[in-house]
Amino acid sequence: AENEPPWGMPCTQLLVSVATPGCDEFPSLDSKESYKLSISEGSALLLADAVWGALRGLETFSQLVGRDENGAYYINKTEIVDFPRFPHRGLLLDTSRHYLPLRAILETLDIMAYNKFNVFHWHIVDDPSFPYESVTFPELSKQGAFNAMTHVYTASDVQTVIEYARLRGIRVIAEFDTPGHTLSWGPGAPGLLTPCYLGKDPSGTYGPINPILNSTYQFVSSLFKEVGTVFPDFFLHLGGDEVDFTCWKSNPKIRAFMKEMGFGEDYKKLESLYIQRLLDIVASLGKGYIVWQEVFDHAVKLRPDTVVHVWKESSPPYAEEMANVTKAGYPALLSAPWYLNRISYGQDWMAAYQVEPLKFEGVTEQKDLVIGGEACMWGEYVDVTNLTPRLW
Amino acid sequence: GFRAMGRAMGLAGLLLGLFLVPAVLVSTSLRRGAPLAEPQLDAVEWEPASGAVPEDSLWPLPQWVRTSQRQLQLSPGRFQLVHGTGSSAGPACGLLQDAFRRYYEYMFGQSRRRQRGRRQFGARAEPQLSQLQVVIESPDPGCHSYPHLGSSEAYHLTVTEPVAVLKADEVWGALRGLETFSQLVHEDDYGSFLVNESEIDDFPRFAHRGILLDTSRHYLPLKSILTNLDAMAFNKFNVLHWHIVDDQSFPYQSIYFPELSDKGAYSYNHIYTPTDVHLVIEYARLRGIRVIPEFDTPGHTQSWGKGQKDLLTPCYSGQQPTGFFGPVNPILNTTYDFMTKFFKEISSVFPDAYIHLGGDEVSFDCWKSNPEVKEFMKKQGFGIDYAKLESYYVQKILDIVSSYNKGYVVWQEVFDNKAQLKPDTVVEVWMANNYADELSRVTGAGYTAILAAPWYLDYISYGQDWKKYYDVEPLHFLGSEKQKKLLIGGEACLWGEFVDATNLTPRLWPRASAVGERLWSSSNVTNLQDAYQRLTNHRCRML
Repeated sequence: AENEPPWGMPCTQLLVSVATPGCDEFPSLDSKESYKLSISEGSALLLADAVWGALRGLETFSQLVGRDENGAYYINKTEIVDFPRFPHRGLLLDTSRHYLPLRAILETLDIMAYNKFNVFHWHIVDDPSFPYESVTFPELSKQGAFNAMTHVYTASDVQTVIEYARLRGIRVIAEFDTPGHTLSWGPGAPGLLTPCYLGKDPSGTYGPINPILNSTYQFVSSLFKEVGTVFPDFFLHLGGDEVDFTCWKSNPKIRAFMKEMGFGEDYKKLESLYIQRLLDIVASLGKGYIVWQEVFDHAVKLRPDTVVHVWKESSPPYAEEMANVTKAGYPALLSAPWYLNRISYGQDWMAAYQVEPLKFEGVTEQKDLVIGGEACMWGEYVDVTNLTPRLW
Repeated sequence: GFRAMGRAMGLAGLLLGLFLVPAVLVSTSLRRGAPLAEPQLDAVEWEPASGAVPEDSLWPLPQWVRTSQRQLQLSPGRFQLVHGTGSSAGPACGLLQDAFRRYYEYMFGQSRRRQRGRRQFGARAEPQLSQLQVVIESPDPGCHSYPHLGSSEAYHLTVTEPVAVLKADEVWGALRGLETFSQLVHEDDYGSFLVNESEIDDFPRFAHRGILLDTSRHYLPLKSILTNLDAMAFNKFNVLHWHIVDDQSFPYQSIYFPELSDKGAYSYNHIYTPTDVHLVIEYARLRGIRVIPEFDTPGHTQSWGKGQKDLLTPCYSGQQPTGFFGPVNPILNTTYDFMTKFFKEISSVFPDAYIHLGGDEVSFDCWKSNPEVKEFMKKQGFGIDYAKLESYYVQKILDIVSSYNKGYVVWQEVFDNKAQLKPDTVVEVWMANNYADELSRVTGAGYTAILAAPWYLDYISYGQDWKKYYDVEPLHFLGSEKQKKLLIGGEACLWGEFVDATNLTPRLWPRASAVGERLWSSSNVTNLQDAYQRLTNHRCRML
């Protein structure tokens, strides 16, 4: 037909050129994801510093290819220079509130790659269930999973996820959230959780991890040694959120300990004691750590490169928290406005889109400490039957 | 009473081992599916059954349930669903034959268990249930007819050794009873299929229990619609309100007016052919579900204008047409010629006695801008009351549709704007503000009503919103007993602005189940903890 641009020479190849090798490595926070795409007559070139950039560039290239009304594939002459604004672009999945079969996780990783996400934050265990099959402590999943035969992630499953992610330039950061959110740990690790008391007698229920026993720290040390080996990423997410002090307060041995330590009635100090020891353990394993904001808010002593994960929308407003965290010199991750499990009617993607992560009071050095953010899909009302349409 | 089973045990033995469950007791005579008077609580003592309660996964909760601790085994290789002696339905009843196979598969799966096991028959001491006999009592069972508002959906189920009996007036009650029976069959820890001895008397509280699907905002492939009909049957819904066309697209392929979908559908792939439509209607019929199509006019008709020139009102800016169109043009004879022919087709394609004619949200702006319309208003003496013009149009459509011997359902605006309605018009109340008052008004004027207002399931929100749908009491409005009887049921609506095949099923279910129980079960079935238990089990079963 008239007025149609003439077809150029057909493209037969996309040449991919990567400057630094790294095919067999794992992606990290410092990975270079930049790339250049040059499509012109007779030449299609994808240039990247690292393989990770090549992956991003391939995704973009695939988005440029169109089909006309006759079905012919075509691509416009194009020049693209691209790199991510933030190096940590994550997605949280919760496999404790509801078990997610492997295929659901792998499908999510595929869609993450379509959207250039590069961190899979695996909130793998929590109060309701413990699906992680530990080699050191097999009883944890045997007693703590919804079903120890079917609702578990074997060592092989975990490796599958890690490798599937790696091939898409996605880091897997596992979260073993303590000392709260650990009810499912109790059945498989007797003595780990704090027994709650009703007056002078144990009530039969349990609370957070018991911070006053040596056995606790031996256990935690062994578990995190395993976790640190299984998950190759430099960072581990240690949780530390929403620790309910009621059970600790009810336990006479803990009250005695508080007195001994001179903590008075400030249970935040007890929480900090536990967290500090945990951080030391994890640091000694050569790992970095990410913690939920409470750990920072309760004035725990943190290593300078601790990443603080901001999740509360208010008290204080998250912009204020971002300012506080970065002012104290810690790298920050933003999730507060991106709790995608909180569904609502209509085009709520717009509210998520309009968030400006750097919109808070602070100097450039502070803003530079924001390494990115994460969309969270908590699992209270989510399983494989509705995960994909709810998340994407 | 029920048929003797030729066993020494009989009724007395049945009563001996029974524990009553906390359900309301009503008279045990079978009833047609009309709204009932409030049931009386019997003076009989009951004790809660120990351990797992067999009715912990019944949904919706039947009107009257008695179960015992005594369990019967079912062998997938030997158990059969059959027509009982004396039933007016037999092997020629395709609807029941189909249901027998379907429910067998639901209960036992399609596993290898169907073959006889290696263990000898008679080696086990446990009591066996070898059959469920289905007995239709009415001389005209309904096997080859379509369900309608007056159909009987009542059934009586007796589960005792060695044969269970399901009695119903019509096949529709048998379908409901089969669903309930399938909910009673459970597996023990070892994989054996068991059912507790029980007796159930059941019928729906409301006769119209519907789901609205919108296939205009987003096209829904046939598969989606059929899967949804299956889910409806699990929840004893009996009306599919098919909001088939609207502003955005016209997927209905009309025989008389093929251009409507040619030009108005999203694409040639996004249509429902006559075959598709028949398939939906028959699939629904086999599940006791009526299909009420909605062809909403005069508003919500943008897509109609693509394939039918001059149907819609041209809008004006001053003296110039803007190129945009508004509602159906009510002043042209051609409009009514078209509607006469169009609704002739619809009346013959869709067998239900009712057609939904819409009539909601008519914007008057375009009419007001059009000089010819303004002229017409003057001639008719309507002044500037465009509600009168709307009613003028609506009345003519109602007359057209009546001439084809169809009843109609309309959205509440048609009533609110004072159109002249036939006495058996059904008014659908959808506006959420003060809907109880609207129900009083509609029924006060003597019209039948159905309630949709609190059940717009497209309005998603975080958390367990099923509870708020469950808590609705449809009869909580000011009115006499006579008025209350005019509320024949309700509908859970899933409007399609943000829904397509990728998310329909998890968005609609199991939230719609809450509405299903509210419309079927007795008004005092309101305990949320008990509902949560049963709904959790029901949901897993539906998966």
